[in-house]
Amino acid sequence: MTASMTREQGVEWLRQMLRIRRFEERAAELYQLGKIHGFLHLYIGEEAVAAGSIPALTHDDAIVATYREHGHALVRGTSMRSLMAELFGKATGCARGRGGSMHFFDASRRFYGGLAIVGGGLPVAVGLALADKLQGRARVTACYFGDGAVAEGEFHESLNLAALWKLPVLFLCENNLYAMGTALARHQSQPDIAEKARAYAMTAHTVDGMDVLAVEVATRRAVEFVRQGNGPCFLEYRTYRFRAHSMYDAELYRTKDEVNEWKQRDPIAIFEQRLRAARLWNDEDRAQLDASIAAEVEDAVAFAEAGPWEPVDDLPKDVDSRAVGNQQSAISQKLNADR
Amino acid sequence: MNITYREAVRSGLREALQRDPRVFLMGEDVGKYGGTYACSKGLLDEFGPERIRDTPLSESTFVGAGIGAALGGMRPIVEVMTVNFSLLALDQIMNNAATLRHMSGGQFSVPLVVRMATGAGRQVAAQHSHSLEGWYAHIPGITVLTPATVTDARGMLLTALEQPDPVFIFEHAYLYSMEGTLEEGPVPVEISHAAVRRIGKDVSLLTFGGSLWKALAAATQLAQAGIEAEVVDLRVLRPLDRDTLLASVRKTHRAVVIDEAWRTGSFAAEISAVIMEQAFYELDAPVARVCSEEVPIPYPKHLEEAALPSVENIVQAVRRLLG
Ligand SMILES: Cc1ncc(C[n+]2csc(CCOP(=O)(O)OP(=O)(O)O)c2C)c(N)n1
Ligand SMILES: [Mg+2]
Repeated sequence: MTASMTREQGVEWLRQMLRIRRFEERAAELYQLGKIHGFLHLYIGEEAVAAGSIPALTHDDAIVATYREHGHALVRGTSMRSLMAELFGKATGCARGRGGSMHFFDASRRFYGGLAIVGGGLPVAVGLALADKLQGRARVTACYFGDGAVAEGEFHESLNLAALWKLPVLFLCENNLYAMGTALARHQSQPDIAEKARAYAMTAHTVDGMDVLAVEVATRRAVEFVRQGNGPCFLEYRTYRFRAHSMYDAELYRTKDEVNEWKQRDPIAIFEQRLRAARLWNDEDRAQLDASIAAEVEDAVAFAEAGPWEPVDDLPKDVDSRAVGNQQSAISQKLNADR
Repeated sequence: MNITYREAVRSGLREALQRDPRVFLMGEDVGKYGGTYACSKGLLDEFGPERIRDTPLSESTFVGAGIGAALGGMRPIVEVMTVNFSLLALDQIMNNAATLRHMSGGQFSVPLVVRMATGAGRQVAAQHSHSLEGWYAHIPGITVLTPATVTDARGMLLTALEQPDPVFIFEHAYLYSMEGTLEEGPVPVEISHAAVRRIGKDVSLLTFGGSLWKALAAATQLAQAGIEAEVVDLRVLRPLDRDTLLASVRKTHRAVVIDEAWRTGSFAAEISAVIMEQAFYELDAPVARVCSEEVPIPYPKHLEEAALPSVENIVQAVRRLLG
């Protein structure tokens, strides 16, 4: 086992990956039962990316993610209860139930979404980083997006601007080889994504996204690079989604064999194997972990079930700061007092 | 013959591709995936990858490429997955597609057809529930169609391809699974007129797209209370057929406009203004509007329903008008 990992770290990564998987498996069941609606994009297969990369950030750093963000929010530390409640659409959810699966938010953890327009998060991340730079804060903004986003103009505009202005953005491409049903090689003339970042004079690396340790090592290094004021950095994680794009699709665009081959590289199974081989982990440890995660998931489901719906009268609340029903925030009270 | 709206769109696409070798379809996941709403399922096998083209996620560029291909003599059908993502292509639409003919002194035309899904009602939250066809109807130089029936879903596409100028077709996502009867008649349907979908004498319900079915359901309920509502399907938002809607208002003397967009600056406001300008003295009551609440559309069902126009809202609006 590599020197850069303690047992404690390794167990924590495994725990986080399993929390994501169990949370999502349960969410998929609850979808079938009609408890969750709309779009539900599962991260299953890609867990090593969130589990390995997010611990490399500090509490002060920011995260901008996509509609496939359950794992990121969980690892960041938003409670499973409030995430499950959000999936149900309950007022106890992390966005008061208004966003659902695609729109997790948690201001206290600088988690800026949960944004569902492909490519739409990159300019926002550039702006967050600009604010930090202008105010002399040594914070990093981590921006997750898929391989599909690489085709959007906003990707290119954002990389260029961040590099030009040397902004502290960490661009994290979760390359799962497909944008819905369109394979990378069918939408990119240059399928080497890191190469594109280099074209903007940005430091870029390709990382095995099925290996949580590799993800952690590469991300920690990249975070340091950015924090030291060297400008943005780009990581491309090579990963794979095991499930359909959203809850259902006919998967006409890939073969069962291909999916099965990738499943041989299941990030959880592989990493657990390594812990066992290093004699850091055994059946009993696993049983204990399984039991505690199962309890956490069931507790989250019970919490979500028990939560109230937001009253319909609150619909206009927070459309803007003046909207009816808004409580006066500390800032607006102060402003009014000043006047 | 009974078919779904989705099958109607597919049959229109197939016929268009068979009729004219210049026609091709491009957009995100129209090919191998079979279309986000399965409208183009099977067409890749039938017509091949030259004519059923999967594009990268580049709304601005593939809409712009559609404009270029149209300028170059092709008859492209561009599918923008949903109206929500068309915002990324707004520059191409507004500054190129809509202006080129006029700005070039009539030297160029852009025979482009752009289709997209629109509307809310499927619990997909604030970034995936927009109804922006009214915005598009603001733009001179383009035609805006809102097929609400299976006949229009198939026929309007074929008519659109016969136009020398850009045509935008908005398909309400809620309608794709709806079944309907294909009407007899010319297959490229006419696109100059609104259609009276139900005859009545007491009030005119003026609407389009997905809201048509709510208006018809409201009319059925009102009929049980002895109120005869006339339902007008505007069909074409630009150029608007004022005559048909004004004729209806002159007959019933009351109008309720139903529009899934937000009230402020909505297409419903435009319709209301048309009535004020041209039928003010015919009215027995002020024009009423049933629109969405002025909030981003929320995810949970009870809040989404509260935000969108409902059959009940329409019935109530009519009752208020009739006093
Ligand atoms: C601008 C825009 N266009 C289209 C869509 C519809 N859409 C949602 S996810 C997706 C595929 C994105 O693929 P990728 O960026 O690789 O992310 P992944 O889903 O693989 O995580 C598409 C086309 C969208 N949400 N936004
Ligand atoms: Mg992808």
